[in-house]
Amino acid sequence: MTLQFNDETFRGDYSYFNTEHAIKRLPFPFDRDEYVYSVNIEAHPGGPKGSPFEFRFDVDEHYVSEMKDRAITLDDDPLRCQSLPHMELAGWDLLEIIMVSKAEDYTDLFTLHRDGNRWHWINRPLGIEQRFTFLDPTTLPCGPMEYITRQTQGDFALLHERDGNLWMDAGMVTSQADWSLDFDIGMNFFEWHAPVPKAKQMGVFDKALKFLLAMQQGQSYRRLNWTMTVNPRLDTSPENYHKWGPEKRTITPENVGRKQHLRIELQSFWRLPRSNAIAFPIRCYLACLEDICTQPKWGRRLHRVLRDIDPTLAEYKGFAVNQDMIVNYLSQFDDGAPTSPGIFPDA
Amino acid sequence: MPNTSFSPSIESRPTYAGLVPQGSAPSIMIADAEGAEAIMDLAERDAAVLDQAHLIYIPKGAKFGSKLAELGAKGYHEEASLDAAMALINRLLGSAHMGTQLYLAGSEGMMGRVSALALSLGLPLDAIQMEHRGSIGRPMQCVHCKGVTQDVTTDPFTCSHCGLTLFVRDHFSRRLGVFQAVCVDAETPGVVPEIQEITA
Repeated sequence: MTLQFNDETFRGDYSYFNTEHAIKRLPFPFDRDEYVYSVNIEAHPGGPKGSPFEFRFDVDEHYVSEMKDRAITLDDDPLRCQSLPHMELAGWDLLEIIMVSKAEDYTDLFTLHRDGNRWHWINRPLGIEQRFTFLDPTTLPCGPMEYITRQTQGDFALLHERDGNLWMDAGMVTSQADWSLDFDIGMNFFEWHAPVPKAKQMGVFDKALKFLLAMQQGQSYRRLNWTMTVNPRLDTSPENYHKWGPEKRTITPENVGRKQHLRIELQSFWRLPRSNAIAFPIRCYLACLEDICTQPKWGRRLHRVLRDIDPTLAEYKGFAVNQDMIVNYLSQFDDGAPTSPGIFPDA
Repeated sequence: MPNTSFSPSIESRPTYAGLVPQGSAPSIMIADAEGAEAIMDLAERDAAVLDQAHLIYIPKGAKFGSKLAELGAKGYHEEASLDAAMALINRLLGSAHMGTQLYLAGSEGMMGRVSALALSLGLPLDAIQMEHRGSIGRPMQCVHCKGVTQDVTTDPFTCSHCGLTLFVRDHFSRRLGVFQAVCVDAETPGVVPEIQEITA
């Protein structure tokens, strides 16, 4: 396979773009014409060839530019990457699972040689070559979690299991939908979800926690989540809300198709072998409404979902203020025809 | 005065069950302002709680100091402010033995800060008891500059560190002992809702 990496930005001039190939393989998060909360978990990896579900850690055309954006965010605010002292082993677990997976799934991009604990990692897209001793942090330029997540798309939380709960005790978070690792680190599953409306009363968190605690060694699962973001900005952090917030009010009927993005999260869950922690990658895909509407099924469906959504959720997901303009724009792509089940576009 | 009741608008607001005597176990008691009354109530239920207690009191203008001093704690320490008391609190928590009980009574800011410190020093959560008395002011951390503003009684309020106008998000960190506060006019700079007094 040959993957071309886009030269693009996620801030400033926002030159981010999706090629036609990238649009067609988007993990569109709606499998029907309405949205309600659900746990919607399924086994991962696994899915059509070329889809973002095929491999354990999807690498796409945005990889190199996303890693540059992460480095900028970390230079600006080192607190976006934190690990409590007892989480280093989980960091090594994560490094192992990502290096092994990428080297097996993308043989032309990544290579991993292992001779006992003496490892040799080659990351061709980022031009990195590193010899190090597995489980010896002095042989890497930074902690193992930070090292590997500076080379892997998506945010990462590492969850420690104790007292029948999961505790967010480490993470790399630079492309978040308005939550703060620095505030949430050390919280348990219920505490970090406190600001989410309605879901608690519906029992969603109790069910999800039970499911996660029952995960066995070697198991991995995924779910899709979504929100809306104005401009293709990865770093929509609460820390910088006063800087990106004004951009939310720049939507007009003329620019909504290009400026308003659907922000899709491909979340996955991995029980880690040595630490028994759970790795929680949150991979973000951005697509503007114009991109989405090149697929007629998606244009029809997104119109219906956003038109009929519970107002509390429109508020929580941060697009209530632009909802009318978004729905008006999308309505031109909805001829009332029925849509096929499932998330994939019609051939 | 009864245990302060909470505003139902903040779901993640910690609930403070109130102080329950744990007999004569070694203990550290810290109270500010009206929190003194919770300690007196505690001692009235079981005077033995004071046998091995260090009692630290920060009056903040309240007049309970002499009554507390007479309760008969092993050590009684009146401090000018929480900042001034931190060296002593650190010393007592740092040398606490297994089984030591921590009783906190008074403002949410004091209880949040001390319980966060105690947890970071390895005290188990179930060895910490809290009773909210007196001020309904809350400790708020500005998510933008990370500065904590104590005793906030309005919504929105002005960050005492960076000057942004902030509202309270329904989010509390036990590790930091603070609520999260977020810029209220980020999207429309200068358009700030009318300031409301928080009544409970």
